[in-house]
Amino acid sequence: MFRYLIRRILLMVPTLLGAAILVFVLMRMIPGDIVTMRMGGQGGGSQEAIEVGRHKLGLDQPMWRQFVDWMYGIAKLDLGTSMWTGNPVSEEIAARFPLTMQVALMATFLAILLAIPLGTLAALKQDTWADYAVRIFSIAGLATPSFWLGIVMIIGFLVIFKWMPPITYTPLWQDPIANLSQLIWPALATGYRYSAVATRMTRSSVLEVLREDYIRTARAKGLVERLIVNRHALTNALLPVITVIGLEFAFLIGGLVVTEQVFNLNGMGLLFVKAVGQQDYTLVQGLVLVVVFISIFSNFVVDIIYAWLDPRIHYE
Amino acid sequence: MNIRSPITLVFALAVGLGLIASGAAAETPQHGGTLVFTVPASDMPSMDGHQETTFAVVHATAPHYSLLIRVDPTDPKAKRMEGDVAESWSLSKDRKSYIFKIRKGIKFHDGSPLTAKDVVASFEHMIDPPSGVISPRKAYFSMVESVSHPDDYTVVFKLKYPTSAVIGVLAMPFNYIYKADLLAKDPNWYKTHIMGSGPFLFKEQHMGADWIGVRNPDYFRKGEPYLDGYQAIYTPKEVVELQALRGGRSMIQFRGFPPSSREELQKAMGGSLRVQESPWNCGLYAVPNTFKKPFDDVRVRQALNLAVDRWSGSEYLSKIAIVKTVGGYVFPGHELAMTDAELQKDLPGYSRDIVAQRKEARRLLKEAGIPEGFKFKLNNRSTDQPYKIVGTWLIDQWRQIGLNVEQQVLPTGPFFAELRKNPPEFDVTMDFNCQTVVNPQVDVSQLISADRTDANSGHYIDRKLDEMYDAQLQEPDEAKQKEILKKFQIYVAEHGYYINTLWWHRIVLSNTEVQGWNVSPSHYINNQLDTVWLKQ
Repeated sequence: MFRYLIRRILLMVPTLLGAAILVFVLMRMIPGDIVTMRMGGQGGGSQEAIEVGRHKLGLDQPMWRQFVDWMYGIAKLDLGTSMWTGNPVSEEIAARFPLTMQVALMATFLAILLAIPLGTLAALKQDTWADYAVRIFSIAGLATPSFWLGIVMIIGFLVIFKWMPPITYTPLWQDPIANLSQLIWPALATGYRYSAVATRMTRSSVLEVLREDYIRTARAKGLVERLIVNRHALTNALLPVITVIGLEFAFLIGGLVVTEQVFNLNGMGLLFVKAVGQQDYTLVQGLVLVVVFISIFSNFVVDIIYAWLDPRIHYE
Repeated sequence: MNIRSPITLVFALAVGLGLIASGAAAETPQHGGTLVFTVPASDMPSMDGHQETTFAVVHATAPHYSLLIRVDPTDPKAKRMEGDVAESWSLSKDRKSYIFKIRKGIKFHDGSPLTAKDVVASFEHMIDPPSGVISPRKAYFSMVESVSHPDDYTVVFKLKYPTSAVIGVLAMPFNYIYKADLLAKDPNWYKTHIMGSGPFLFKEQHMGADWIGVRNPDYFRKGEPYLDGYQAIYTPKEVVELQALRGGRSMIQFRGFPPSSREELQKAMGGSLRVQESPWNCGLYAVPNTFKKPFDDVRVRQALNLAVDRWSGSEYLSKIAIVKTVGGYVFPGHELAMTDAELQKDLPGYSRDIVAQRKEARRLLKEAGIPEGFKFKLNNRSTDQPYKIVGTWLIDQWRQIGLNVEQQVLPTGPFFAELRKNPPEFDVTMDFNCQTVVNPQVDVSQLISADRTDANSGHYIDRKLDEMYDAQLQEPDEAKQKEILKKFQIYVAEHGYYINTLWWHRIVLSNTEVQGWNVSPSHYINNQLDTVWLKQ
């Protein structure tokens, strides 16, 4: 197991390197740069000012030199400095990460809370009204964009209650009520779609497991149905569900651009859009590396959970 | 009731006085409250007003700073200048020196006194920036020969030539007064710190989220500010800003909204919405590439200009876009601007007889050998308001004279990069000119030769234009300034260098609690918030 862990950690390096090269090259293919963006706001700014700006940011260096400098920084765990604000990239990300993580965790929790019971119920009551209701609920969730649901929520609050969720973030430990009154809604909007995917996976997975021989044996032995489902069926059925939850969770970090805009959440998704729009190379590069790392790590965690759930799985 | 009875008369008098008093009380500024407003941007690039160009910096940081002089925030026409740290100013006999007397007793937020030395250092930071400092408005100060302080409370601006345009330049809202000692220590200190003498102290900011200021109890304008503080919330999406206004999460947004947003909020908020509108000191132009055939032919450029029906365009576009006023190249309504009658009579492309104009346009195209259905591309910025909307309208205007135009839309960064290429590669591009203080003598500098301004996206060289520009800048008599500027505008239009479309139109929405703030022609000015109060 230890060797497996080391191998997985080492395998992260080429993946991250590949992502780094790709984002580095792609960003520099866009015409213009951050200096012309900044100077363009009023009157254009002088060419002299632009040259000074480019020199300060190292944009007048050859590309290979810029890449080497950046990689050298990464080797020291320094993600660089935002070309737009001059703040360390790590600080820019750290300022947004708690909010994004909280929304992701809340959405995941809601998804699991809904998906596993509903998916199991639908499987157990296949082709009954309960199954149909769950299937309609989950298909609606798949068809409904989370940002649209968010917009409808807000409009509903405004029209019916003349109220709007807060548009500034308060950390949970400072004021739980203010925090939750802002973040519960995007978590619900995102969690609903998230749960739809997991509900359908749970249903089909449980249905498949319920048809296995060992379940028939368990029933023949006279075991109580509740015990059969909880101890035998669910444990095996959850493996693919965990995969889906893991993949979706990774997407929530940096992927909720439009939902964040709708709720005015100062999260990683919005930071991504801003950084790309401003052609802030170091910030985009840093964000991509962080998100890729989180994706790799969440897959890694999923694999570990696999091994815990299914004793037949060994990693060497 | 006997109306002649003394008791009745006294009663009536008391009621009348009471009504008058209550009316007066409603207008008296009230102290207290926190102003919450949204800023339609995702963040500010740095905190240094001297080195930045975006309103996202001004809206959040202007309340921390004083200026030397400023546009009087109580003047609804935003024309009158008043001293901020300057108590008064005078002009020397030779009209080449402006002498400013600085108020005594002004303190920076750390308690240290503000003197003339700080004013001089602040302006030198912009006029002659040290190495490593970017001063995007340096060219605006080209008329200034030197700035000095003969004593602690006197600042002298010596000019290269007499010009009244310098007053508008000195009043630009980015001209924050900084501490000389801090600039001497590190000229980039203000990029990441705040230390001003303005009505509000810096409290805290949450990166990319909001910015908070609190009342400065030692502000030099006694009795001000009225607010306890303010919170500027970064809100990049317009729909969220509208919802925030409607749902009471914000009170005002200082940039502007399109007409559709005004309609939407009027329906939703009714009498609790205040709408203020003003012509906006922003112009939008189409710029043909004089380096590329067939736009190097003045007849083709003239045709493009004559095809545009600005008068009808104003009527229809003002319903859907943030444009409205028909004007020349000088801000409409200003003393130096051409009147509507003059525009129609003298400025090519402004006749009310669009049929005759377009007939002439077709004739010019034929003479220049341009076939019917000639194709070219219009380079434009990927922003709806007002770029894409006006771009789409322009394409239709040119279709009326047989031209087939495709709009090529670019995100902001590549769009600016395209404008900067020299020689230019576009066929025709949209360009804009947004200025702060209305100062037409300097605002038209975008149109002069490209070796004298970096803002000329046409990159042409025309010394006759430069001569006229210099002449009006140095002319002391306002009537003659106007005459020269008129010739300047006619020359630009005749040569088709910059094809004017419509001036922008500013619509500011707020709830009725917000008082003491008047809309002005620029979203960069009147943001110090010292006169703003909340009706409780």
